[in-house]
Amino acid sequence: MNRFKRLLSVLLAVCFTNGVMIQTAQAALVSTEQVARVAADGSAHQRLNDMLTRADVQAELERHGLSADVAKERIAALTDAEAAALAEQIDSAPAGGIIGAILLVFFVLLVTDILGFTKVFPFTRSVR
Amino acid sequence: MLALLAALAGCAVQSPRLLGAPPAGLPPRVELTATPFFPQEDYQCGPAALATTLSAIGFPTRPEALVDRVFLPGRQGSLQIEMLAGARGRGAVATRIPGTLDALMRETHHGNPVVVLQNLGLSWAPSWHYAVVIGYDLDAAHFVLRSGPMERQELAFSTFEYTWDRGGRWAFVVTPPGMLPATATEAEATRALVAFEHNAPPDAATRAYRAALARWPDNLTLAMGLGNTLYAQGNKPGAAAAFRNAAQRHNDAAAYNNLAMVLLELGRRDEARSAAKKAVSLGGPFQAQAADTLWRVND
Repeated sequence: MNRFKRLLSVLLAVCFTNGVMIQTAQAALVSTEQVARVAADGSAHQRLNDMLTRADVQAELERHGLSADVAKERIAALTDAEAAALAEQIDSAPAGGIIGAILLVFFVLLVTDILGFTKVFPFTRSVR
Repeated sequence: MLALLAALAGCAVQSPRLLGAPPAGLPPRVELTATPFFPQEDYQCGPAALATTLSAIGFPTRPEALVDRVFLPGRQGSLQIEMLAGARGRGAVATRIPGTLDALMRETHHGNPVVVLQNLGLSWAPSWHYAVVIGYDLDAAHFVLRSGPMERQELAFSTFEYTWDRGGRWAFVVTPPGMLPATATEAEATRALVAFEHNAPPDAATRAYRAALARWPDNLTLAMGLGNTLYAQGNKPGAAAAFRNAAQRHNDAAAYNNLAMVLLELGRRDEARSAAKKAVSLGGPFQAQAADTLWRVND
């Protein structure tokens, strides 16, 4: 039920904002982002899709520990293409930040460090 | 173990070739010693690396100020897309550069520290990390990095390349608007500037587009960006000139459409009508918008 409510509220929000955006779009210029998208893949702007994606990514960012306000600001900083890419990658993309490996692979990494294939430990010196 | 080593050695590394034939036009060693250093706290190498490069190009930034912009608690790290967005949020242009050792060297030679994504561990036990390349030494065959807690890390070309290869050879450079990385491709520079325009003050975006157009005068997206950002500043005559230039050079419907709208706002209805008609006749993905513009001009 909760899930259904969320989906409904997202859909309603999209419907309303989308209606507003179509009206203002008539008076506006073709944006650089729209031109870039056509140059990249030949398709025109799919506004409804993008709005859904943005609502989706914001929910995902909140699930990963951001407050609603911060998530909102961060999603606003992305282009449509970036928001779409983030929606696909948020769980799988590399998230740089971790130094320190699992104990299980400690020895493998120690050996590969010495051979110069990896650089996990600050104290190792490659034999190469 | 042997199989593992074979798999690791299978990476398409450039370092042996690099040592055999040093890249042309590069000094034997470069080190951007003035690059600031922010020792990284737990998991915060993203904000630290970003603060390092931003401060180096004249946008003084502390890592703490970037945590809310780029760090994702649930992933205990920072995602690549948000690293680029985080740089833009401080007013800089963030451009990905080619994934070659040569490009890293050329950028440092031009004074640009480079943020790189490394996988310090193994493909099946990844240990993702952002560091900043600040130089190299061809004779000693190593890069110099600001990395995590290390103010000056020397990393052998081959070791660096293994760790970089497992991170997808991903690297970017930040520049003030109006400057571009030396090695940026037209496609990546365009992508970077369109994203920069998204949230930047229009005058800064105009400056950035002008600089890129000087290098790639035949790029339609850049030409449209120039017109749109001039318009956003309220410079309608300038925007009209930019759109006219783009329209004539590329015979493009979107450019004619925008030209028509701006001319109409300037009260030049006859010229606006002919531009709008041209936009409609060219058709394409913006046909509905062009038809609407023509309707307004005739109204």
